Amino acid sequence: MISLLSYLCNGISLGSVYAIIALGYTMVYGIAKMLNFAHGDVIMIGAYVTFCAIQYLGLPPMVSVLLAMVACTLLGVIIERLAYKPLRQASSLAVLITAIGMSYLLQNVALLLWGSNPKSFPSVVNLGSLSFFDGQLLISGETIVTVVMNIIIMVGLTLFTGKTKMGKAMRVVAEDKGAAELMGINVNLTISITFAIGSALAAVAGVLLCSAYPTLMPTTGSMPGIKAFTAAVFGGIGSIPGAMLGGILLGVIEILGKAYISTELGDAIVFAVLIVVLLVRPTGLLGKPVREKV
Amino acid sequence: MSENRKPLLQVEDINVYYGAIHAIKGISFEVYPDEIVTLIGANGAGKSTTLNTIAGLLRPRTGRVMLEGKDLAAIPASRIVSQGMALCPEGRRIFQQMTVRENLEMGGYTRPKSEIPASLEEMFTRFPRLKEREKQIAGTLSGGEQQMLAMARALMSKPKLLMLDEPSMGLAPILVEQIFDIIKELHAAGVTILLVEQNAQMALSIADRAYVLETGRIAMTGEASALLKNDDVRKAYLGS
Repeated sequence: MISLLSYLCNGISLGSVYAIIALGYTMVYGIAKMLNFAHGDVIMIGAYVTFCAIQYLGLPPMVSVLLAMVACTLLGVIIERLAYKPLRQASSLAVLITAIGMSYLLQNVALLLWGSNPKSFPSVVNLGSLSFFDGQLLISGETIVTVVMNIIIMVGLTLFTGKTKMGKAMRVVAEDKGAAELMGINVNLTISITFAIGSALAAVAGVLLCSAYPTLMPTTGSMPGIKAFTAAVFGGIGSIPGAMLGGILLGVIEILGKAYISTELGDAIVFAVLIVVLLVRPTGLLGKPVREKV
Repeated sequence: MSENRKPLLQVEDINVYYGAIHAIKGISFEVYPDEIVTLIGANGAGKSTTLNTIAGLLRPRTGRVMLEGKDLAAIPASRIVSQGMALCPEGRRIFQQMTVRENLEMGGYTRPKSEIPASLEEMFTRFPRLKEREKQIAGTLSGGEQQMLAMARALMSKPKLLMLDEPSMGLAPILVEQIFDIIKELHAAGVTILLVEQNAQMALSIADRAYVLETGRIAMTGEASALLKNDDVRKAYLGS
């Protein structure tokens, strides 16, 4: 019983990281109608920037994380400007291939800069574990911070898209770019801001991920990236609450699957669940059915 | 009719292409302040293309679009609305997943926040149905209500020129009458209107002047009342 609780906590923690990454996928998909497969690698860059800031510059962890967020925001906006914006009118296949290429480019740049040896990532969380049931259930500081960050980000984004002018502009651009332009909304700027927000969140996710699983390599972002993409599809791509729900469910399924069924098959179970969900509900758990435009 | 006045909108010999397709072949026309001008013509004649070009969604390869004498070529589509021109697009294109009120607020996107409440009130007075449905998700409105919302949304930018693209499309005759009554009211309230319609009968009956488009060219022009009696127009567009 206690071990189940412990697995659940780990699952929710891992799922929260997936959820934060999935938000980046889902927001960009919702607005630019593209899958940014380089998103997972932005996470890795964010983690490396934090690592370098702590290790080489001796900056305090919080400042390092902020620096990583700024770096990733810039990186995300630059990637969009240079690689995706020129393809706004191109077929979605061309954009997809470009995104995959961008993913490899980032991984290889990281390989050049930081080498292939894994770095041991110092946890940025200096919060003790909480202990329950006479120390039988320990919840680590990383778990607490991850879950709290996840909730803050979720509430913040919901308020941002629901209440602010810029957030509403994002929803409008997601729905109909031409009509948005007729309202006087600068569509390109809105897309840039979406990439900026998604990439800043990726930096946060990278730091949280590496704080819990402290091995940092140039490929660190790719598997969590793919799983977070799965989470976004699972929850209903384009939907912010969907990304949250999908991420957390995916994390829990993965950890429980590894614990009770098979460690080797953990990832296979995750993707099998995705396939089943998509067979039953092709638009994902919270996705809206797509209406064909006449 | 208004030769002594300066045109509000001036379209000068525009040529518009979709890829290799030459959709608009050298169209010129003017809209003077306080007029209702209509562009009529068959499907594919280039009516919507013309409006989209004026609104900046499409760019002419050659020719100029000028609002109050100012060339709009260098102005991005998102800044054209603040120049004083609003397009109520074909198919309405309201924001289906937002509430009626949010749709209207988006219409006033370029205006200072302090002016929005007064404009909202104005729209709710003009379109009482929208007031009733203020908090409803726009996608659940009926076709007629959606058209009213689309028009109100365009008016939220306080345009000098309101362009309406097929406002009667897909509406029952009784609703078409209602929409045209609203257009007349707006005109009486001092809004200059450029109207594109397939329903040539209705359009000609409320317009001051009209241009007949045929495959990307202006085939005929004149006072709307005269075109309404013109035999060629009657045969081609009025079904008699």
